[in-house]
Amino acid sequence: MLWETVKLAMSSIRRNVLRSVLTLLGIVIGVGAVIAMVTLGNGASSKVQENLSKLGSNMLIVRPGQATFGPGSSTDARSFDERDVTALQNDLSGIRGVAPTAQKQMKVVFGALNYDTTVTGTNSDWFTVQDWTLEDGRVFSDSELRAGTSVCVIGDTITHELFAGQDPIGERLRIGNFSCEVIGRMAAKGQSAFGTDQDAIVVLPLRTYHRRIAGNTRIGTISISVREAADIARVQRDAEDVLRERRRIVPGEEDDFTIRDLTQILATMASTTTILTGLLGAVAAVSLLVGGIGIMNIMLVSVTERTREIGIRLAIGALERQVLTQFLVEAVVLALFGGIIGIVIGLGLAAGGALAMGVPFTADLRVIALAFAVSALIGVIFGYFPARRAAQLDPIEALRRE
Amino acid sequence: MSGEAPLVSFSNVTRFYGAGGGLVRALAGVDLAIARGEFIAIMGPSGSGKSTAMNIIGCLDRPTGGIFRFLGVEVNDLTQDQRALLRRNFIGFVFQGFNLLNRTTAIENVELPLIYRGTGRRERRERAIEALHLVGLEGREHHTPGELSGGQQQRVAIARAIVTDPLLLLADEPTGNLDSQRSEEIMDLIARLNEERGITVVMVTHEPDMAAHAHRIVRFVDGHIASDDHKAAA
Repeated sequence: MLWETVKLAMSSIRRNVLRSVLTLLGIVIGVGAVIAMVTLGNGASSKVQENLSKLGSNMLIVRPGQATFGPGSSTDARSFDERDVTALQNDLSGIRGVAPTAQKQMKVVFGALNYDTTVTGTNSDWFTVQDWTLEDGRVFSDSELRAGTSVCVIGDTITHELFAGQDPIGERLRIGNFSCEVIGRMAAKGQSAFGTDQDAIVVLPLRTYHRRIAGNTRIGTISISVREAADIARVQRDAEDVLRERRRIVPGEEDDFTIRDLTQILATMASTTTILTGLLGAVAAVSLLVGGIGIMNIMLVSVTERTREIGIRLAIGALERQVLTQFLVEAVVLALFGGIIGIVIGLGLAAGGALAMGVPFTADLRVIALAFAVSALIGVIFGYFPARRAAQLDPIEALRRE
Repeated sequence: MSGEAPLVSFSNVTRFYGAGGGLVRALAGVDLAIARGEFIAIMGPSGSGKSTAMNIIGCLDRPTGGIFRFLGVEVNDLTQDQRALLRRNFIGFVFQGFNLLNRTTAIENVELPLIYRGTGRRERRERAIEALHLVGLEGREHHTPGELSGGQQQRVAIARAIVTDPLLLLADEPTGNLDSQRSEEIMDLIARLNEERGITVVMVTHEPDMAAHAHRIVRFVDGHIASDDHKAAA
C-alpha cells in the first residue's frame, strides 16, 4: 500500500515538472549551502591543524612590551640582549633550546637576480626550535657565532629564486652593502599559519646581523622550545621570573614583555575556524529552513490547485490517511530529490572553493548523511500541514471547485 | 422488492445548511426507498434538493435529521473514512464534468479506485482493461483525457465507476456536457449496465429525454418529493 502511495506521489510529481523543480529549488540551495560551508570549513580547520603540527611544537615566544599578538609590536619597550638569552639558556630546565631573533626585510642579490626577503639574525638553537631541516651544507659553528663571521643559511625560496638549480653552497650572497658566504640551505617548510612564505629567508649569526645589518644589538623576539608539552606552563613561569629579575621589575609592577604559548595561539585559531564554520553552517541552515517553507508554500498552493483532484480521490473511496500519505510522500520525495541535488552541488562548490583557497577537500560522510536526513525531515515537517489540509477537505466542496 | 431490504432508504430525512435567518432547508423531510436493480432518474429545478439527495445517497454527505440507510446501515453516525469505505466498495460516481485526473492515461484513471482498495497490480490492469472494453474504448487505454472527446471522457469515467463492480452507479447529469448523439450513446451504455449487470442506477438529470430511459422518475420541488412515477417494465 505504501509503495502504491509512493508511486501515486511520483506520478503526480512527474505530471507537473516545473512546479516540482521550483519546489525543490529552495532545498537544493539550502542543502548545497550547508554542504559547501561545512565541507570548506572542515578543510580550513584541518589546514590549520596541519600548520599547527608543522610549526615548532611546544614553543614559547618572548617579545618585548605588552604588545598584542602580531607583527609590529611596540618599539618603545626595552628590547632583549644576548645576556638575556644566555640567562634563559642557563636558568631554564627541560628545554630544547633558546633562540633569539632579530629580523629585517631586505633585498638580497646574487649575480643579476635579487629578491626581497626576511633577513634573520639568530643562533644555532633556532634551527632546532623552529624545526628546520637542513637540506645541504651545515649550520653556524660556535666560533662563527662568537666572531660574527659573514656566513649565511638560506631558505628554499631563495635557493630557487636566486640560484635557479645551481648549487648555492660556497657562493656569496649580497645583502645591502655586505656579502656573506652560503654555508647551508634548508628544506622547504611552506606557508606559515598566517599565510606568509616561511622559506623566503636568509639566516645570519646574530652578531653578524647586529654588526653588518642592524647597527645595534637589539633582539626582537626570543623563542624557547620546551621538551615536554606538560612543562610549558612551568617553563613559561620560570622564563618570566628570569626576565623580571634581569629587567629589575619589582613585584606588583607589570611585565614589560610578553611570553606567549604559540601552540595555544594556533589552537585558538583552530577553534576560531570551527566557530566560523559553525556560524556559516548556521546561516546556511537558515536558508535550508527558508527552503522548507518554500516547500510548504508550493505544497499549499498545490493542494488548493488540486482541490478538485483531491475531491475525486475522496469520492472514489480514498481514505483520509491515503490522501495524507500521498501528499506527505510527495513532499518528502521532493525534499529528498532537492537534498540529493543540493549535496552534489554543495560538494562541487566545496571542491572548487577548496582548490581556490588552497585548503584540503574532504567530503564528510556524516555531514552528507545528516543533510540527507534533514531534507527528509523538512519534507515531513513542512509537508504535513498541507497534506493534512488536503486530507480533511470535504469531498462535496472539493468537487464543486473548478 | 418484497421482503428484501432496500439498497437505499430515506426516512424523514432533512438536510439544512447555514443557521438562523440564513438557514436553507435543502431537504425538508424526504421518504424514499430504492431497491437493488432499479434505474431511477431524479429530476427537479435547481435548488429543489436533488443534488443534496444525491450527495446523501452517495454517502458524501450526512443528513441533518431523520435516518438515511445504505444497505441497512445507518450512515448518519459514520465517520468520513467509514463513508469512504462504503463508497469504495459499493458506489461508482459519474459526474457531469467527467472529473478525470488530467495528464493521466485512461487506464490509470480507471485503476485509481482499485489502487485505493489495495488490489494487486496485475488484477488491476486486467479489470481496468475489461472495464474500458465494456464501455467501448478498446485502443484508447493510454490516451489522456486531453486526447479524448467529451463522450470518450465520460466513457472513461463510467469505466472508472464500474471497475469495482459497485451495487450503485450514481450519475450526476452524466450527459450535461455532451451533444444529443453522444448523450444517447452514454444513456444506452448506462441502461445496458443496469440491465445486463444488474447495477442499480440513480441519475440526476433535467432533460426529460434522458430521464425517459429510467424505469422510475422522482421529482423534487422545494426539498420535498413532488412525484414518484414507476414506468411499467418494458
